[in-house]
Amino acid sequence: MAQLAYRAEALTRTYGEGASAVHALRGVDLELPAGEVVVLLGPSGSGKSTLLNILGGLDRPSSGRAWFREAELTAMSDRQLTRYRRDHLGFIFQFYNLMPSLTAEENVELVTEIARDPMTPAEALALVGLEGRRGHFPSQMSGGEQQRVAIARAVAKQPDVLLCDEPTGALDSTTGREVLGVLQHLNQSLGTTVMIVTHAAATAAMADRVIRFADGAIRSVETNASKLRAEEIEW
Amino acid sequence: MVGPLDRKLIRDLWRMKGQAVAIAVVMALGVMMQVMMSGLVSSLDETRRGYYERYRLADIVAPVTRAPNHVLHQIAALPGVGAVEGRVSGAALIDLAGQAVPLQAQALSLPYEGDTALNAIRLEAGRLFERGRPDEAVLLDSFAAAHGLRPGDTLSATMNGALRAFRITGLARAPEFLYTAAPGEMVPDDSRFGVLWLSPATMEAAFDMDGAFNQALVGLARGAEEAPVIDAIDRLLDRYGATGAFGREDMFSNRFVSEEIDGLRDSARAIPPIFMAVAAFLLNIVIARMVQAEREEIGLLKAFGYRSGEIGLHYLKLVLAIALLGALLGCLLGVAAGRGMVGLYLQFFKFPFLVFRLEPAAFAIGIAVSVLAATAGGAIVLRRIFALDPAEAMRPPAPADYASAGRWRGLTAWLDQPSRMVLRRFTRTPFRMAGAIIGITCGMALSVGMITIHAGFAHAIELSFEVMDRSEAQVTFTHAVSDKVLFELQSHPSITRVEGRRDVPVILRNGRQSHRGSITALPHDPVLYRALTPGLAPIPMRDEGLVLSRALANKLDLAVGQSLTVEVREGAQPVLDLPVAAISDTVLGAPAYMALDGLNRALGEPGRVSGAALLLDEAEAAAVYVWLKDLPTVAGVSLKHEQRVAFEELMDQGAGWTRFIMSAIAFVITFGIVYNAARIALAERLRDLASLRVIGFSRGEAAYVLLGELGIVTLLALPLGAALGAGLSHLLAAAYSSEIYTIPVVFHATTFGSAALVVIGGALVSGLLVKRDVDRADLVTALKTRD
Repeated sequence: MAQLAYRAEALTRTYGEGASAVHALRGVDLELPAGEVVVLLGPSGSGKSTLLNILGGLDRPSSGRAWFREAELTAMSDRQLTRYRRDHLGFIFQFYNLMPSLTAEENVELVTEIARDPMTPAEALALVGLEGRRGHFPSQMSGGEQQRVAIARAVAKQPDVLLCDEPTGALDSTTGREVLGVLQHLNQSLGTTVMIVTHAAATAAMADRVIRFADGAIRSVETNASKLRAEEIEW
Repeated sequence: MVGPLDRKLIRDLWRMKGQAVAIAVVMALGVMMQVMMSGLVSSLDETRRGYYERYRLADIVAPVTRAPNHVLHQIAALPGVGAVEGRVSGAALIDLAGQAVPLQAQALSLPYEGDTALNAIRLEAGRLFERGRPDEAVLLDSFAAAHGLRPGDTLSATMNGALRAFRITGLARAPEFLYTAAPGEMVPDDSRFGVLWLSPATMEAAFDMDGAFNQALVGLARGAEEAPVIDAIDRLLDRYGATGAFGREDMFSNRFVSEEIDGLRDSARAIPPIFMAVAAFLLNIVIARMVQAEREEIGLLKAFGYRSGEIGLHYLKLVLAIALLGALLGCLLGVAAGRGMVGLYLQFFKFPFLVFRLEPAAFAIGIAVSVLAATAGGAIVLRRIFALDPAEAMRPPAPADYASAGRWRGLTAWLDQPSRMVLRRFTRTPFRMAGAIIGITCGMALSVGMITIHAGFAHAIELSFEVMDRSEAQVTFTHAVSDKVLFELQSHPSITRVEGRRDVPVILRNGRQSHRGSITALPHDPVLYRALTPGLAPIPMRDEGLVLSRALANKLDLAVGQSLTVEVREGAQPVLDLPVAAISDTVLGAPAYMALDGLNRALGEPGRVSGAALLLDEAEAAAVYVWLKDLPTVAGVSLKHEQRVAFEELMDQGAGWTRFIMSAIAFVITFGIVYNAARIALAERLRDLASLRVIGFSRGEAAYVLLGELGIVTLLALPLGAALGAGLSHLLAAAYSSEIYTIPVVFHATTFGSAALVVIGGALVSGLLVKRDVDRADLVTALKTRD
């Protein structure tokens, strides 16, 4: 069996207290092998983003434990979590979150300056097909281009895991397919584990593993034997 | 019926209560200054007017050597004269048990039953003297209080060479003695100058004035002009040894009370607007930012069909609520502070009553400035938001456009990315950054200004009492006496140095400008009591020419080399034409100096002195005072350390006290500005900071992007603030200076450093507070909200 990227035991996450408490996660157990494309599907509020945030070291569970490889995330200090994000993770969000004051290349350099074994910004931008727009500021790019810069920024450090929260949520279908294509390409060429949280059920077609969420718990985990290429996905 | 928008308003206010209160407090401080200071000025002005009117203070005083009482009828017949009273005035030396030096006093006649047309007194305790009781006296109550004297006590006084004992029957105050100082001194001191009101019979006998007076008090008829009446009186009284009638402007007490009130009025005009402007500027920035953050809600309301006007009104109400809260708080604080200050002023001036008056204009100005500043801040941003259509307003704003700001390749090539982010904010939003820089510049300038003023007050005291006046005591003689008395003083084994001086009352004129004061004549190269250049070099005294203090040169509009007319008001009363030989820097009063020999020659009275400066063997000082007290020619002795204490009290109780309040407010505002600049920067960059944290930047690294900006803004503001502060210092010094004292502008090496420390300290504390917020920020929420 392949090495595990993540393992979780009885994770719960509750926001607030008493009558107004929201149970975002109600006991999640999980094992995710490295090198897969994993799609987390489910309606709003089903807990999928909460799980992603906990695995990404942005949030902490109310109870339960989680591991990245052999390291227990739930036992790490803030400083260690920062270190973990810095060394192992790439994040991609729905709203790109680029630095408007930096060009495409500089946004990527932001990460390569602090990473241990980064690729060059030019290589990262070439991976997402933006080598010609290195000197452009976010305000000069379309939404799809901005998201591709965000991906380039996320992958430039050669992360072990890419965590994507609704990466196509703000994009039209053509651009969305292109972005998913980039993620798939990275998974195949670099062996990066890719986790995608999404509403869009069609995305499941490109996954190695599909995890369905409802009411803070995992409803099903399916492995996909016949993955489609991103550009073949029907929206 | 409260509509949904109004309910939103109330909840919004509650949600942003911290920020709202912070803005309101800064606004309130500005308004408070305005209300308090203008209220005080108005209270003092009004109280003085009422007091003068009720106790019939004379408009004109005409001193003569001796004039028969029937001349009073002639004065009364002059056109423009409404009331006349003649009285006898003379110098007295009060001898109190346990008092080393004799105390100087003025003895005045007062009609029986206090039945006087002018210059009535207000009896505070006891009763008036009675007919047939020549040993009864009424004493000035502040002097009595300073020495613990009460009705029933006795004191002895030397008048016209004869020692007499009096029983105090009553204590009184009078509008002509609101401000008392020992003769020849500027600084008020209750303990060293007394006033005795005695019966006409007593005074006439003591000063040989049977059927005569030596001072005419004149009240003007309604609408009459002062100058022609003074001229007519001078002509009429010329043959009775008149030394020149003068109006209220030149009455000692009134002149200084006016100076104090004018000083306070100048401060009230100059200083609150500075604070108000800074507060308004701050309010403007914060409100603009607040409305900007409501962008999405505004889009939503428009989508529901609310008109721009309705939405505008809603936000206007929000802004007004905060501004009005601040203004009202400021009014309340202003009234409370004003009431407190009135208590202090009541001690300082000898008003019998002082009620804090509210100045409606101050309220109006305070509220109007607050509301305008707040509205302007909101309106600019609202207009930009209204220009958007609802759908656009609800979409996240496009990434800020940095393309047009330029890349600054050359400049940024050697910088890491976070530093580039910091730097590009300056090129992309130069106006906003300029706003922050101006804000902190104002804070720095306020700090520099207040530190300079404090240094100025300290320097003024140092200069007066250590550098200019190096004596330990000053002796005043009963009149201008032969300078042989100096040898007598010198002969005392404990007196180590004696320097004669002569003070002569004069009127100085240059064209239409005139000044009633005195010339202080000193040896050619005085050692104990000196005039100094701005560089603190001693100025030698000239035989033919005056050394004017800067305050006097400015008042008379004179420069070195120009001539002025000197009307001597003593002896033969010659009129001299003298050039200005030099201009000296002085702190206390507005003196004019000349060489002793030169002045005596011009007066035709060689070898005369009216006082002397002394250096003593300190261990023997008490014995020296006892010895001096018994010298027949000595009218009074004033000790420098007593003068110094009195001067320090004057500076801390008069208009000078406001410097303490203003320093506190300056600090609060400086901190408020820096803190708000940091808060605004945080609000604008929270999302970027969260992104950096998610990418793997540590807290410190992420905070650098924010605090680096604050740091650069602060560093740029420091030199600008220092320059602005230097200018502001001159304004403040001018506002605090009066004819009584001049506050010099003193920049020590530490002035700018200390001010910078205040600002940097504010920036550090703000930075830490904001960094705490960065640390606490919910990364996920920051990234998922749209902006």
